[in-house]
Amino acid sequence: MDNVIGIAGLVKRFGSTTALDGLDLTVRRGEVHGFLGPNGAGKSTAIRVLLGLLHADAGVVRLFGGDPWRDAAALHRRLAYVPGDVNLWPNLTGGEVIDLLGRLRGGLDEVRRRRLVADFELDATKKGRSYSKGNRQKVALVAALASDVDLLVLDEPTSGLDPLMEAVFQRHVEQFRDTGGTVLLSSHVLAEVEQLCDRVSIVRAGRCVESGSLADLRHLTRTSVEAELVRPVDGLDSLAGVHDLDQDGRRVHFQVDSDELDAAIAALSRCGIRALTCAPPTLEELFLRHYGDEAPQGEPVPA
Amino acid sequence: MNLTGTGVLLRHHLRRDRWMLLAWAAAVTALYYSQAVSVAGLYRSQADFDSAAATMRHNTAFVAMAGPARALNTIGGQVTWQAAAFGAILAGLMSMFLIGRHTRVEEEKGRDELVRAGVVGRHAPMTAALLVAMIGNLVLGVGVSASLLSWPLAAADSIALGVGLTLCGWLLSGTALIAVQLASSARSAYGIAGLVIGAAYVLRAVGDVGNGALAWLSPIGWYQAMHAFSGLRWWPAVLLLAGAAVSTTTSYLVFERRDIGAGVLAARPGPSRGRLHGPLDLAWRLQRGSVLGWSAGLLLIGLAYGSMGHDVGSLIGSSRSTRDLFVQGGGSLVAGFYATAVAMVALLCVGFATSSALRPRGEEVDGRVESLLATGLHRSRWLFAHVMVTVTGTVLALGLGGLGLGLGFAMVTGDARNVGPWLLASLSYVAPVLVLAAVARLLYGLVPRLTSLAWLALAFCVVVMLFAEAFRFPQWVRDLSPFDQLARVPEEDFRRWPFVALLVCAALLSGAGQLAFRRRDLR
Repeated sequence: MDNVIGIAGLVKRFGSTTALDGLDLTVRRGEVHGFLGPNGAGKSTAIRVLLGLLHADAGVVRLFGGDPWRDAAALHRRLAYVPGDVNLWPNLTGGEVIDLLGRLRGGLDEVRRRRLVADFELDATKKGRSYSKGNRQKVALVAALASDVDLLVLDEPTSGLDPLMEAVFQRHVEQFRDTGGTVLLSSHVLAEVEQLCDRVSIVRAGRCVESGSLADLRHLTRTSVEAELVRPVDGLDSLAGVHDLDQDGRRVHFQVDSDELDAAIAALSRCGIRALTCAPPTLEELFLRHYGDEAPQGEPVPA
Repeated sequence: MNLTGTGVLLRHHLRRDRWMLLAWAAAVTALYYSQAVSVAGLYRSQADFDSAAATMRHNTAFVAMAGPARALNTIGGQVTWQAAAFGAILAGLMSMFLIGRHTRVEEEKGRDELVRAGVVGRHAPMTAALLVAMIGNLVLGVGVSASLLSWPLAAADSIALGVGLTLCGWLLSGTALIAVQLASSARSAYGIAGLVIGAAYVLRAVGDVGNGALAWLSPIGWYQAMHAFSGLRWWPAVLLLAGAAVSTTTSYLVFERRDIGAGVLAARPGPSRGRLHGPLDLAWRLQRGSVLGWSAGLLLIGLAYGSMGHDVGSLIGSSRSTRDLFVQGGGSLVAGFYATAVAMVALLCVGFATSSALRPRGEEVDGRVESLLATGLHRSRWLFAHVMVTVTGTVLALGLGGLGLGLGFAMVTGDARNVGPWLLASLSYVAPVLVLAAVARLLYGLVPRLTSLAWLALAFCVVVMLFAEAFRFPQWVRDLSPFDQLARVPEEDFRRWPFVALLVCAALLSGAGQLAFRRRDLR
């Protein structure tokens, strides 16, 4: 059993709206899997089906090889979940909530609990109603990271954290991965995903439109090239895979499909290269290619 | 003082609160006016009225509950006696909620910060809140005076009863405004302000029963010292006005000593480690306040009914419809009255049972359930923990209500033989109360959007109990109310089978609701 999460053809409707429309998602053991998509793409719905809180209308959902709807409680002992919008009981302290969630999950690692509370600089004696959004999130993160589990399901866990705390979060997730844990990380913070994730899946309108390692995905996109040449180059625009060409005498700036990078650089070098900047596509560009307004529609997406 | 922007804030608050203010005014006006209506309908002759008034005057429990007994054989005297103390409490509660809502709650939710970042003076938010409360109390006073003038009762006394109410409300607005400066959360601010109102009520109760001295420490006592409809005097109103000025000024002084967002009293830190072990611990912790509050309330109501003792006959008057309501089975008046009292305590307990059965809905809507159910906790165990609390709380509240009836009766009459039987009588209503709670549970499991229909079921039972006799409802309509199935103990003998059948019915409905909950999507 190498797949911790296996979702295939998942459909979930709410009345007349279709939230998930044949979603596929595979998360392998020991990886940090980024789950990307704009608001309303169906990320949280997919997670809630995965946790057995919602009933799937169609498709296969496997969690640790089991059925999360039927065996929710048993499977949940092996995972910890941090919701995107953490709501606490107004009259319970953060410490009480951490211990309650830990006990319901089957116990906390005391040493790790202490260290996490210190690392996240959390005041565990405050009541739920007086915590800010970021502090509520810290409570849920400490409760999740301090429990002995195989899988972390994190739904935009850092949306309320400051950059320092985000770094603490990243460090702890990396440690968790290094000890063999698996993470499903839904996020909007692309830098965080780039930093942490081994593989990513991008959802749009309830379907998975891209899935693979970051290297794989980069391969599918364009590299941005900026060069200063000894003499002006001709015929760049007729090369396959070159886009957005901007030529000003001996300076050129263009985008090139990663597959065609070699041919384009060869053409430049024939004219003598003085300076060259090649920027690999960022995740952001990847993301925008799928969601941005200017994103070309209906372009074939290689599987 | 910097009051820039007070006007804008005030208009904004009044817009937000307009329906709420009207509802408070309608309720408090109805409290006063309905006393006049009910007294006028209750007694057929002045002789009846005189003898009832004499009975009331000598009942210490009544004096403790309502106030000094003056001119009780007049409509105006009755209105003052029965409504003033409770009217003042309502005015105090309204002021407390209005002030809290526009100061502490806004700070807690972070909206105050947004407002203060605008062109707004330091003292504008609290001044606007104070003005809303003052206007609210003014509306209460006008409503009360106008309704009594329309009866018509004596003009000067009617106006005094309204003016006193407004001033009492202003004074309690001032103390509420102090409370929100002291506490650092809305909840504890309400705690402090509520304590002040409670203390004012208790001081006057103890004073009125004793030599009257302690009543002079209470604003409610000052209000009643105006003696409306029994030799009106205006000077206690000056005390109220001075008290309002002092408390308000104090609140502004205290405000200077605190930071925005914090209170003078620092928030008490709670435990850093939790002792909650499972779903039952959690459900009890969440519902504890409600269970204990309702239980104490039903105990007090039981004591109040019980302390009417043997005098029920003269107290409820000689009008046909009242007697019909209380003596439905045709037995003796006292037994019939207490059978109805037990049923009314039970009907009130449905308020607890239904809200407790719907508590899981609140937890789900507020998004606190998904974290719990993403652990090893099975969803049916989570819900069952709340079911246990509902059942336990219902038994406790009904038991204390029944105990209160018996003890109150024993205190007044010295006859304690009824304590046990009335406790059992009250407990027999566990069955119909749980049926209604189970209806709420079923709605929650099947169609959580429609859970408010559960309150309609309670309303139906209330209507059947109060009006079925008077309006000659057909038998099948009455049979729909689970309360109508049960024997009217102590007027009739307890019958086992209806009780068992209702319990089974409750278990089935509740079980069906829990099964349905297992199969549905969570919000």
